[in-house]
Amino acid sequence: MSRLPVTKTPKPYVGGAFIRSESGRTYPLADAAGAFFAHLPQCTRKDLRNAVEAAAKAGPGWAKRTAYNRGQILYRLAEMLEARAEEMTAVLVRFGVARAAAAREVAAAVDRLVYYAGWADKYEQVLGNVNPVASPHFNFTVTEPMGIVGVVAPDAPSLLGLVSLVAPVIVSGNTVVALASEATPYPAVLLGEMLATSDLPGGVVNLLTGFRRELVPTFATHAHLRALNAAVGPEDAKALRLGAADSIKRVRIAGAAKPADWLSAREESVYAIRDFLEFKTTWHPIGA
Amino acid sequence: MPTLAKKTPSRPASRPGRPAPELIFGDLWPFDPAPETADPKLKPRYDLFIGGRFVVPQTGKYFDSINPANEKKLAEIALAGPADVDAAYAAAAKAAGPWARLPGRERAKYLFRLARLLQDRAREFAVAETLDGGKPIKESRDFDVPMAAAHFFYHAGWADKLEYLAPGRQVAPLGVVGQVIPWNFPLLMLAWKIAPALALGNTVVLKPAETTSITCLKFAEIIQEAGLPSGVVNFVTGAGDVGAAVVNHPVPAKIAFTGSTDVGKIIMRALAGTDKKLTLELGGKAANIVFDDAPLDQAVEGIVNGIFFNQGHVCCAGSRLLVHEPVADAVLAKLKRRLAVLKVGDPLDKNTDIGAINSAAQLQRIRELVAAGEAEGAELFQPACRLPEKGFYFRPTLFSGVSMSHRIAREEIFGPVLSILTFRTVEEAVEKANNTAYGLSAGVWTDKGSRTLKLSTELKAGVVWANTYNKFDPTSPFGGYKESGFGREGGRQGLLDYAKLT
Amino acid sequence: MLAKSSSAALRRLFDAVGPVDAVGIEERVAKYGTRSIKKNAKLWGLKTAVSMVDLTTLEGKDTPGKVASLCRKAVQPHDADLDVPRVAAVCVYPAMVRHARRALGTGTGVKIASVATAFPSGQAPLETRLAEVRAAVADGADEIDMVINRGAFLAGEFAAVQDEIAAVVEACGPAALKVILEVSELETYDNIRAASFLALQVIRPGDFIKTSTGKTSLNATLGNNQVMIDAIRDHYLDTGIAIGMKPAGGIRTAKQALTFLVAVKETLGDAWLTNTRYRFGASSLLNDLLRQLAKEKSGAYQAPYYFSEAAESY
Repeated sequence: MSRLPVTKTPKPYVGGAFIRSESGRTYPLADAAGAFFAHLPQCTRKDLRNAVEAAAKAGPGWAKRTAYNRGQILYRLAEMLEARAEEMTAVLVRFGVARAAAAREVAAAVDRLVYYAGWADKYEQVLGNVNPVASPHFNFTVTEPMGIVGVVAPDAPSLLGLVSLVAPVIVSGNTVVALASEATPYPAVLLGEMLATSDLPGGVVNLLTGFRRELVPTFATHAHLRALNAAVGPEDAKALRLGAADSIKRVRIAGAAKPADWLSAREESVYAIRDFLEFKTTWHPIGA
Repeated sequence: MPTLAKKTPSRPASRPGRPAPELIFGDLWPFDPAPETADPKLKPRYDLFIGGRFVVPQTGKYFDSINPANEKKLAEIALAGPADVDAAYAAAAKAAGPWARLPGRERAKYLFRLARLLQDRAREFAVAETLDGGKPIKESRDFDVPMAAAHFFYHAGWADKLEYLAPGRQVAPLGVVGQVIPWNFPLLMLAWKIAPALALGNTVVLKPAETTSITCLKFAEIIQEAGLPSGVVNFVTGAGDVGAAVVNHPVPAKIAFTGSTDVGKIIMRALAGTDKKLTLELGGKAANIVFDDAPLDQAVEGIVNGIFFNQGHVCCAGSRLLVHEPVADAVLAKLKRRLAVLKVGDPLDKNTDIGAINSAAQLQRIRELVAAGEAEGAELFQPACRLPEKGFYFRPTLFSGVSMSHRIAREEIFGPVLSILTFRTVEEAVEKANNTAYGLSAGVWTDKGSRTLKLSTELKAGVVWANTYNKFDPTSPFGGYKESGFGREGGRQGLLDYAKLT
Repeated sequence: MLAKSSSAALRRLFDAVGPVDAVGIEERVAKYGTRSIKKNAKLWGLKTAVSMVDLTTLEGKDTPGKVASLCRKAVQPHDADLDVPRVAAVCVYPAMVRHARRALGTGTGVKIASVATAFPSGQAPLETRLAEVRAAVADGADEIDMVINRGAFLAGEFAAVQDEIAAVVEACGPAALKVILEVSELETYDNIRAASFLALQVIRPGDFIKTSTGKTSLNATLGNNQVMIDAIRDHYLDTGIAIGMKPAGGIRTAKQALTFLVAVKETLGDAWLTNTRYRFGASSLLNDLLRQLAKEKSGAYQAPYYFSEAAESY
């Protein structure tokens, strides 16, 4: 007689904890075969607000970590994902990704994390400058994280898309509030469990599950979100940009058009990091 | 023997029965008027500049550009209509391909030419700028015009070195760029916009501010003298509706705007459904932070330069002075003495420190905010200087006893008005400085190097001036955090904002 | 006054007087040079500058005859029709003081200043330096230009520096004192500001601080003038004691002198635009001032050899 398995209540990872929606609302999720999988929290604008608060709390400490340390933590996250690659692959397969493609996606997600982990203590050297001004001043331009960044993940690839949008944002000291793939949210929930064991401070990455139509307007207008990194279609892009105008929010609509494009090396770029940096230029006189 | 151990006076200078010593800044040695006499070579009427030629606007209409120093008409400026904006974009689009394909070193030589020709006519341009905008001749002569030329020089050299701009990527021009600039640094903002756009191989439609179009249209003469291919740079003139037409036109691949945060938001919304790139350089309410160990006399110079440069019509003006409490009285006293020797008046006089407010509307806004400051209980100080009877002038103004909730501590005044607040600790200074939706610039005055670097790290501002203020250079990126906009102008970072990465 | 200064109090000299930012002060003084001085303002400035000149000869080859000639120039710088004031003082070595006194007589209003205290190095025992001061005053010097002990200053012996200044004040008796900081040897603006205060605290109303001996590579500049007049201003506002200023060495042209006067006007105000509070230590400056005055009067640019005691013979 087979043992009845213990099912997991999927909870999104927010502020270093696994939460239910403050609204108490859930929605049923079916797997690719149409079988009931679990009830997922249907996060609301208030959940988004709470996640922003959590990110705001975590942000200063995360930004102050050394670049070396942030790189190590991203690498540690890659280790966690690699170690649970089988489990993640199985989840992707259950939600409709072909096994080979799922394995490729997980491997690519791990590699992407390693790629950005390595940038942590280098992008500054590539993007920053000392500027030879025509006066007796020492003038240098450094980068700084923008703050809290909203991420709207693509429907597919649910894992690689999310990782590709989050990693270049947090590597520089930004914090993230992300909306998981609406079609396939569970890999994000699983990723949250890995985040929790990866030395990443709670609140640096906050993952919400729910519906775009409900949350996109709040992502657009929440003034404390300083930037958005969204893989969305033209309509949502417009909505995000319209709302972003109220607080002069930076909006990056992520490029990859077809799911397979997320595997491309084009998605690995120091310029994805740059899109979530501010440039600060400091002047100081040179004199005795 | 007086002790030197404390900063406060070792013995009170004013003793019972004797007034405190004070300096006399009187009329013993008044300066005679010293007007700049170079000919600005103005034309009575300026047409639009489209496709390399001056063209009559299809509206058939012109508006007056006046001298804010005496309210006299300087010239008539063409009023562009939608058809003119179409024509300008058509010219820019036609020129875009050949200009982009031109070898970088040839594009560079055009930019070098523009720089040289501007230098050759520097004094003429300085006088024109001062007449049209009201800024002191010594600023237009020593800052605006030479800095504009420097921007063309800097960017000229980039045109054939673009493969070094973005490591790991190739860069390509975006195509046609629409640009809208403000009235506070008309020629310099033009240079900031045009030089990087051209260096990267873009073509341009630019609209100057309604009240300050003259140096832009004089620059069109330089474009002709340089033999720049037709349509690479086009100028359309007029008010906000013309700006809207420039922004909303389907042709440009990018819009670059410098101006108010309110208009910046309107532009963002207007572009929301498009693929146009956008950079915004918007307002500011910069904190200028003075610690008790600062070189105080130089700090006072920096404060004065920070808020009274260009009558305070500077988006990065140091309009909020945050003074460490132990030196607050000393700094205020020094500031008042410094204000006593500032000369306000005829912008064309070489000795004028503070010229005319750019327009009647701006003067009205300054007056309104100063009235609000007084009504909210801040203490006002203005030196007793005589102002000319005609023209738009405003005395340099200090408000002490300002708190963070006062309007004059939060709203951009864009005039010669300084709000003075105090702080006790480093943390409080940073909190107050960052307690604003803006984030363009900040100043820090301290003798302690590690404190400078800490503040420069913690201040949320795109430019931090440490023991200096209001310094600019073509190599030095300029631009804001938060609601002061995005994108940079100047340096490698600014240039990249005109590139497509491939 | 002669009580030994407290080293403890002076140890924190630099903290107490505050720092100077070198680039900032040079930006400030550059603005003085952009002031455009025309017409009446120029005439007033030139004449005032003449009245502030300490007409100086400090050479090993100085003779009574040379000094007498200098004194005549001091009393009547040029033809009477130019309406030029007398200079403030002649400045000579101590051995020349009695010759200057003989040549000037009394009642001209032109003072006799003498560099004393083992000028220019100051490297003689204190007693020797004080004796030199007393001798110069006894010979008829109205003003003494002393040098501070730069070696002691740079070694951090601030109390010693100040005590020596106080001792010279005492030795001066009725004569006014000008304390030469020799700024080029102090090198930094911070040092110049601190040394200014060391002097300011022990000298008397009507005394001066002075930039240079004129015997080193770099002398009076607008920058070190500014640091010193800022110190004079701070001291005056703090104590009510008005001290004078004398830039010396390197000011050769009328245009330079006018720019220095603009600095005075905008830093110390009208009360310092007088030769009781501001001097120029110079020799060739006087003729350039006269040349510009003559040009203002006639409208024609003048040849240097139109003016007596001109060094230019080409």
